Amino acid sequence: MFVSISTTGTAENPASDLGFLLHKHPDKVQRFTTAHGTAHVFYPESGEDACTAALLLEVDPAALLRQGRGKGRSGSPDLALAEYVNDRPYAASSLLAVALRTVFRSAMKGECGHRPELPGRAMPLRIALPAVPVAGDGPALVERLFAPLGWQVEATCVPLDESFPEWGDSRYVRLELTGTLRLADALQHLYVLLPVLDGAKHYWVAPDEVDKLLAAGQGWLADHPERALITRRYLSRRWSLTRLAMERLALARLAEADDREAEELDNAVPDTPEEVTATDPTTDVETELPTDDASTPAQAAPTGEPQPEPPAVEPPAVEEAAGRSESLAVQRRTAILAALAGTGAARVLDLGCGQGELVGALLKEPRVTEVVGVDVSSRALTIAARRLRLDRMPERQARRVRLVQGALTYTDARLKGYDAAVLCEVIEHLDLPRLPALEYAVFGAARPAAVVVTTPNVEYNVRWESLPAGHVRHGDHRFEWSRAEFTAWAEQVADSYGYTVAFEPVGPLDPEVGAPTQLAHFRLAEPADTAELAKTDTAKADTAAGTGTPSNDLALEGSANR
Amino acid sequence: MTTESPADQNPAAETPEAETPEAGLPAGRRLPVTDVSLVVLIGSTGSGKSSFARKHFLPTQVVSSDFCRGLVSDDENDQSASADAFDVLHYVVGKRLAAGRLTVVDATNVQQHARRDLIALAREHNVLPIAIVLDVPAEVCAERNRARPDRQLPAHVIPRHQRDLRRSLRGLEREGFRKVHVLRGVEEIEHAEIVPEKRYNDLRHLTGPFDIVGDIHGCRSELETLLDRLGYAITRDDQGRPVDAAHPEGRTAVFVGDLVDRGPDSPGVLRLVMGMVAAGHALCVPGNHENKLGRWMDGRKVTVSHGLQETIDQLAGESEEFRAQVREFMRGLVSHYLLDGGALVVCHAGLPEKFHGRASGRVRSHALYGDTTGETDEYGLPVRYPWAEEYRGRALVVYGHTPVPVASFLNNTICLDTGCVFGGSLTALRYPEREIVGVPAEQEWYEPVRPLHQDAPGGREGRPLDLADVAGRRVVETGTLGNVAVREENAAAALEVMSRFALDPRLLAYLPPTMAPSPTSRREGLLEHPEEAFLAYRHDGVRQVICEEKHMGSRAVVLVARDDAALDKRFGLPGPGAIWTRTGRAFLSDEQLTGAILDRLRAAAEQSGLFDELDTGWLLLDAELMPWSLKAVDLLRRQYAAVGAAAGAALPVALDALAKAAARGLDVAELTGRQQERTADALAFTEAYRRYCWPTEGLDGIRLAPFQLLAAEGANLALRPHTEHLDLIDRLVAADHRLAEESGGGTPVLHRTGRMLVDTEDEASTAAAVAWWEELTGAGGEGMVVKPVEALQRDGSGRPVQPGLKVRGREYLRIIYGPDYIRRLDRLRQRSLGHKRSLAQREYALGLEALDRLAAGEPLWRVHEAVFAVLALESEPVDPRL
Repeated sequence: MFVSISTTGTAENPASDLGFLLHKHPDKVQRFTTAHGTAHVFYPESGEDACTAALLLEVDPAALLRQGRGKGRSGSPDLALAEYVNDRPYAASSLLAVALRTVFRSAMKGECGHRPELPGRAMPLRIALPAVPVAGDGPALVERLFAPLGWQVEATCVPLDESFPEWGDSRYVRLELTGTLRLADALQHLYVLLPVLDGAKHYWVAPDEVDKLLAAGQGWLADHPERALITRRYLSRRWSLTRLAMERLALARLAEADDREAEELDNAVPDTPEEVTATDPTTDVETELPTDDASTPAQAAPTGEPQPEPPAVEPPAVEEAAGRSESLAVQRRTAILAALAGTGAARVLDLGCGQGELVGALLKEPRVTEVVGVDVSSRALTIAARRLRLDRMPERQARRVRLVQGALTYTDARLKGYDAAVLCEVIEHLDLPRLPALEYAVFGAARPAAVVVTTPNVEYNVRWESLPAGHVRHGDHRFEWSRAEFTAWAEQVADSYGYTVAFEPVGPLDPEVGAPTQLAHFRLAEPADTAELAKTDTAKADTAAGTGTPSNDLALEGSANR
Repeated sequence: MTTESPADQNPAAETPEAETPEAGLPAGRRLPVTDVSLVVLIGSTGSGKSSFARKHFLPTQVVSSDFCRGLVSDDENDQSASADAFDVLHYVVGKRLAAGRLTVVDATNVQQHARRDLIALAREHNVLPIAIVLDVPAEVCAERNRARPDRQLPAHVIPRHQRDLRRSLRGLEREGFRKVHVLRGVEEIEHAEIVPEKRYNDLRHLTGPFDIVGDIHGCRSELETLLDRLGYAITRDDQGRPVDAAHPEGRTAVFVGDLVDRGPDSPGVLRLVMGMVAAGHALCVPGNHENKLGRWMDGRKVTVSHGLQETIDQLAGESEEFRAQVREFMRGLVSHYLLDGGALVVCHAGLPEKFHGRASGRVRSHALYGDTTGETDEYGLPVRYPWAEEYRGRALVVYGHTPVPVASFLNNTICLDTGCVFGGSLTALRYPEREIVGVPAEQEWYEPVRPLHQDAPGGREGRPLDLADVAGRRVVETGTLGNVAVREENAAAALEVMSRFALDPRLLAYLPPTMAPSPTSRREGLLEHPEEAFLAYRHDGVRQVICEEKHMGSRAVVLVARDDAALDKRFGLPGPGAIWTRTGRAFLSDEQLTGAILDRLRAAAEQSGLFDELDTGWLLLDAELMPWSLKAVDLLRRQYAAVGAAAGAALPVALDALAKAAARGLDVAELTGRQQERTADALAFTEAYRRYCWPTEGLDGIRLAPFQLLAAEGANLALRPHTEHLDLIDRLVAADHRLAEESGGGTPVLHRTGRMLVDTEDEASTAAAVAWWEELTGAGGEGMVVKPVEALQRDGSGRPVQPGLKVRGREYLRIIYGPDYIRRLDRLRQRSLGHKRSLAQREYALGLEALDRLAAGEPLWRVHEAVFAVLALESEPVDPRL
């Protein structure tokens, strides 16, 4: 990877002073060993009126692989490093940022022993980076990050492959920054902002990373309009997630076997950076940030994170439309809890429990004696267990809850005999042809006394301006139903399996398109006299089996059996 | 003294009385012990129970309370540990009984509460509890205990035991023991002999062949027609009534019960069946109707309903002698039979696996009445519990009881009651042929209370797979490689993919196995080379191999049906078929395009006569679908093209700067040289992936290259030689090309696979193949696959050889190992192939197993088990670049 720093000068202030500032002689080719290869510094031009210093980092692929595949903290959070085919040798990533800091340490600190007056002087600079990886809005993001710092930004997208114009642009930007700034500031900007643009770092964010950011960001970060984005991305602590990624290598391999991204398969829960947990040594990061106002949850939303799929968040407009602070997710939970309360259910299944929000809410109900959270995603279950703090729960509480892996397209003996089951925003994640398998597994085999199903009302989607027409609300939604479609489905299911069903809108009710979420409440039908008849029949069978036998054994067995 | 209470076997036998032992019984008493039972030894301390157990039973069959005490407390005599010790004892005994193993409890058991727990345990597991009492004089016991230094018991213990024992003796049968053997005195104990006794239901030694006949309900005429159709010769008495039927080839008829009631001639049916059973030409298990009739004949009070009145009336016209014979016959019926080494179970109403071969009231009740949910349907009849849906046993269970319109297999069970008396048909199953033979009813003899069920119990929709079929650590039995284990974490990953992304498991009869590369080559600049593959096979003793051109697309398994109905008939799902990826996902999200590809394939199969030739309504094929970019476009964009783009953007800029520096006289020659190499590598890399990408529009540009026929109706085709596959496939391809031409210049979809037969012992032959490989890869081809021509070859030591080895081209490998991999060959050559090779064989064996099971018409869960295991194994930690 490559970066060049150019300046212009005059007879009084010759451009070649750049050599003093960088502490590198313009007439030499120098090499420096870094952790991931060799950095070479040379000057393609050096004169009174123009001087360019170039840094060429030759990455050692073996060193990258080693780090990429290391376990735990000795590995890298950037899994791309573990790939044989990766862009790290070419693209300006955190590897280059670290190399800049290593090679130009004094310049970055603004120290210059020979010419102490030079570092303080703003000078005309042109910095060229031929391939900058950008996660997110490409040139626009580059502009938003560098322009407020006094740079004139020229960012052009690099096409993926000119042979296949239909593939569009790559995520690389050819970047040229021009401006009159102090060199130390310029280097600091690159050091902080290159990994921020990339959205990934090859090393773990250590507790002292905050100090590094504060030091490097001194004088410019505090007033930067994108401060929140910069600090979040710079400090993005992807440790937990990545550790999970390591744990789910088995799934990643299946994705690879099918030429797909692991994230594409493992999208059951949004891939947002982990929330700070109490045991984390960097808990107080937020308070240490050089910010004036605490970032709001909205700002903290993972808008710019590199994600193949949009995160599973409802378009924010729903809250505005609702005119209240409660998110739709909360309203949905409230509606489900109310429905369950109506049935008096004590033993409840949360089928497709995801990160366990509803499980947590159910545990707060004293009526509920047992909650079983079922999800097919191991990752969702791991996150749920951590969020619910199962390992630290008092034993008596912990006994009320179980999280188990299961798939609703299979019948599951463990799920039989419960009072109620919840399918909260689950059915739409199943391909329509597989839905009958779920219907059977839940209504036919598990057969809880009550079932609560929620699913999006597709009619409401037009009320969300942020949702492009015809789009589903989540990348993994295989379908979204209108109220009529949902009603028809639910009534057919109720009919086939002997349930009754009632419907209820959840969220702000629009006179035209209904509420954003629709809820169906099924109850096992109890036809009159069935119990009586069954008893009679059983008694008959008992007598039949029980008499005519030598001992009273059979009769005993017979009745015990029923 | 020996008393017996025949349990299930002979329900009508008289209640046995405890007999007074004869004085001066001769030495050598023979004590019958049922082969699956719980033997409870009863005797005071020092009565010699442990010695007795040692002498007559295997050490593992005996569970002693002393030993359990030792286990939990390190002291066999620590009485304070008794509670825990008996917990352990009961647990171990329970496990043994659940597994159907004869178990002997060595504990004093002189107190009733101790025995009560054991009897409950035996009942829970439906085995007979048997008591053997060792009644030894107190002084002998005391003397024996004195001889044991580790056991110093208080003086009162033995007399107390003796008292308890006396008190117990009379009531042992009442407590529930089915056999009670009391041995009195040292002498009798010394000479007693245990005689193993088979259960009445255990007819495993009979291997048939059998003709199993469904519910008859007095339809004598239909029965005669059916027996005739099955090839039996009927014998008649002087009044012309059938009294026996025998098969010239010695086949045995088996009746699933419900011979009587409702129909026109129950006595006639009884006469024939009783005659066949008596002559050894048939077996018969009782139905609920026999049970009720038997009780009515015994004079017990029963509700006369469900057609019993008809039988009563008909029997009134029979002789007293005949009625006595019927009564005797009813009493002798055994609830169910295990046949053919345990592979076949016949009973009236179906039986879960845990009850097979067991004897208890519960088992009998299940066998006769089946399981019900406790609910009743709108006709007031009990709702049957869908036990067959959950059935996962290895034995085929043949039963009747619940009328169904058509007899069909469900999870290795089949219900033969096709409602003859209600105007349906009388059905028999030929075993082991699994062939169904039916004769229609001559008329509706009896009006059904409810219409016949539309389907077998559970129905087609109710043919669900259970999580227990796939989840957790599993071992899958394969024909070619024995047991293949699946680890829990791999099953978990497969579950996510299978349940969220895969196609309906009913269609997903196969997933392709992974393939190992050839052993690593040491040749200059190469990692893989055909010679290494030939050498490997030569070493394994395989001479005839076939080299197949490796198409660089994406793996696709294709199921194509002759028509919607054909797919529905075999897979329970109508449609044209499906195309899926190696993880079971639909290959294309565009159903229309999938349909268009299938249409072309179907037309080609029709035109080339393959459907007819293979006598099938569908075909399952292994194929490569091109271009690669069709499926992998996201990956191409994110990773491959991106790397090319980054390199293409960065390297020229660096080279330009280096050139300027060089012009200034700086020494950057070496650095420049390396950057030029990198640039060349990056360009070659970009070229490499570009070859496998081209735009498609509808069917235009899509190429399907089938290279193996996997299965057709009733046949695992994967076992045929590859030459045969390719010949058949060539015909498909030719037909497609012909059809395309006829349709007026449409482009063909099917694509031929180039191949070359090689004799690994013949240098000229291998050299020709190497030249071909060089030509293929030189033109940018992915490379080739080398396979033994015949399936299932084994090496000198009898191990299966690799089913195939891939030999990938030099340029292609840049996509796998990175643009500059050739500069890192030394390191890459250290790659280890062992795990990959083992994985390839295990997955191959599982794939064949799935096809075998499919061909044999095994239940869905059995096929799915093997397919799922392939997916699970795919998630094992093997270097994906291999």
